[in-house]
Amino acid sequence: MTSVTNDLVSATAQKDPPSGSRRARIPRAPYVFMVPAVALFVFSIAIPILYTAYLSLRTVKVEGLGLGPGARTEVWAGLSNYGRTLSDPDFLSSVLRVLGYGLVVIPVMLGLALLFALLLDSVRVRATRFSRLVIFMPYAVPAVISSLLWGFLYLPAVSPFTHAAEQVGITLPQPMAPGLVLFAIANIAVWGGVGFNMIVLYTALKAIPSDLYEAARIDGCSELQIAWRIKIPIIVPSLIMTSVFGMITTLQVFAEPTVLRPLTNNISTSWSPLMMIYRDAFTRNDIYAASATSVVLAVATFVLSFGFLRLVQNRAFAQENR
Amino acid sequence: MKTAQQKPSLVGTGVLLVGAVYCLIPVVWVLMASSKTSSELFTTFTYAPGTSLFSNIADLTAYRDGLFWRWMANTGLYAGAGAALSTLVSAMAGYAMAKYRFPGRGALFNILLAGVLVPGVILAVPQYLLFAELGMTNTYWAVLLPSIISPYGIYLARIYVSASVPDEVIEAARTDGAQDWRIFRSVVLPMMVPGLVTVFLFQFVAIWNNFLLPYVMLGDDKLFPVTVGLSGLLNQGAQQPAMYSLVIPGALLSILPLLALFLLLQRFWQVDLAAGAVKS
Repeated sequence: MTSVTNDLVSATAQKDPPSGSRRARIPRAPYVFMVPAVALFVFSIAIPILYTAYLSLRTVKVEGLGLGPGARTEVWAGLSNYGRTLSDPDFLSSVLRVLGYGLVVIPVMLGLALLFALLLDSVRVRATRFSRLVIFMPYAVPAVISSLLWGFLYLPAVSPFTHAAEQVGITLPQPMAPGLVLFAIANIAVWGGVGFNMIVLYTALKAIPSDLYEAARIDGCSELQIAWRIKIPIIVPSLIMTSVFGMITTLQVFAEPTVLRPLTNNISTSWSPLMMIYRDAFTRNDIYAASATSVVLAVATFVLSFGFLRLVQNRAFAQENR
Repeated sequence: MKTAQQKPSLVGTGVLLVGAVYCLIPVVWVLMASSKTSSELFTTFTYAPGTSLFSNIADLTAYRDGLFWRWMANTGLYAGAGAALSTLVSAMAGYAMAKYRFPGRGALFNILLAGVLVPGVILAVPQYLLFAELGMTNTYWAVLLPSIISPYGIYLARIYVSASVPDEVIEAARTDGAQDWRIFRSVVLPMMVPGLVTVFLFQFVAIWNNFLLPYVMLGDDKLFPVTVGLSGLLNQGAQQPAMYSLVIPGALLSILPLLALFLLLQRFWQVDLAAGAVKS
């Protein structure tokens, strides 16, 4: 709490409170407004994280055959759980797999989202209302349900593509074959994410004042040149943001591969890092290893997305701190 | 501005329509497949309608005394009540941080922002470990409580308040003698409605999409949301394909309410908030 008093000195010295008459007093109301958020944050986020960090440093020591009360005791393990996680070939391959998956999902999803957003924004494209609604619709379908739907469409007996190819005498590879299952899962993520990102980018495009294009049009710029030279450079911050959100979502992929597993033998229980955490915690009952892996995954996500927030924070609050 | 002189672009319109068709592939399929018996599912053409839509829905309703509808109600509770409470909590915190200068404000905001970077799904297993220690797993609270806090919602609410509620309005209310809570409830909250609809929808989708949390927290299938329930049925389908004629209409029925909610609320929905921009 010492930091609070320090803050008080600097806050009263530097910042004007909104009400001039209250300059000298510490307002009580904002703390009351913050109580529910802070209490829930502590209970649902801070304590679970700290407890998991604690568990990641613990392990169970088994005495004798491990039978009877007192034969299993929890002891400090130092960093050995982290050593196990980081040297576990399952973990390393799940990380590499998910990075590869991200390299497929993010460029394809954002590329399509940008293309559709530019088309929606173009003066020469028709049927925009219908397309915008339909392309956005998958956002309302949760990953579990969309995986279920695509999972059936991937089955050769159901797939319309296999059916169509057979009519012309081609045998299509099965989407859930070992080499292709990553793309099958990536397709589900792209399908679910394109519309939302399209709307974010389209909204950014609409905020550009149109007189910027008028001048370019008079100078004889084509729609394509306007998109490439004016529109895309202006919405780069939105593209960065959507990429980082895409990265966060990619790292925590869980629902899609878990739902597809009953339909194929080519998705292992440690396909993604989060699936491996689930397996360690609930199938192997090794909550210590699961805790260490959780911490590693959370830190990796945090580090990856940190740069993004610095970017957004500075932009978003410029008006408030004027 | 679309003007009549501009020639429509066939290529552009075509590409956009191909995108729309891609997005419709699974949706049209689930409409058709919901009406098929489990044998028709694997024998008739994918996009041909079947013969038993209503009997499938009746079977689904009869399954274990209407368990499916209980899952739907649970989903409504988790996502609806969770998002509503989350929106209120976010509005209060966002307002406090946007409109008051108080000691600790910066520190609180930075800690909350750090929470945005640790996404909810990664927290599910840590939350389970804590709730298991407290003996609170396998209850409604186990899913509802962690769903209420949304650092991202607080962040959006703060952006929205600072851009759309002028200081002068609050000052005027204060001069009239209104207390802090009354200012918030009768002056600030009504002005925040468009922003709060956005926070509500984001949080609704986040809760409804968080499969891992209920999946680890709940053992009793009477407490399941529809996502966990259907994925369990799909698992059983690997042994008894008859389950598929329950799973598929179940998937259709589960997405209809959300599609309706989105169509209804989309006009109020400000996606640009997601990009951190507010038009003033």
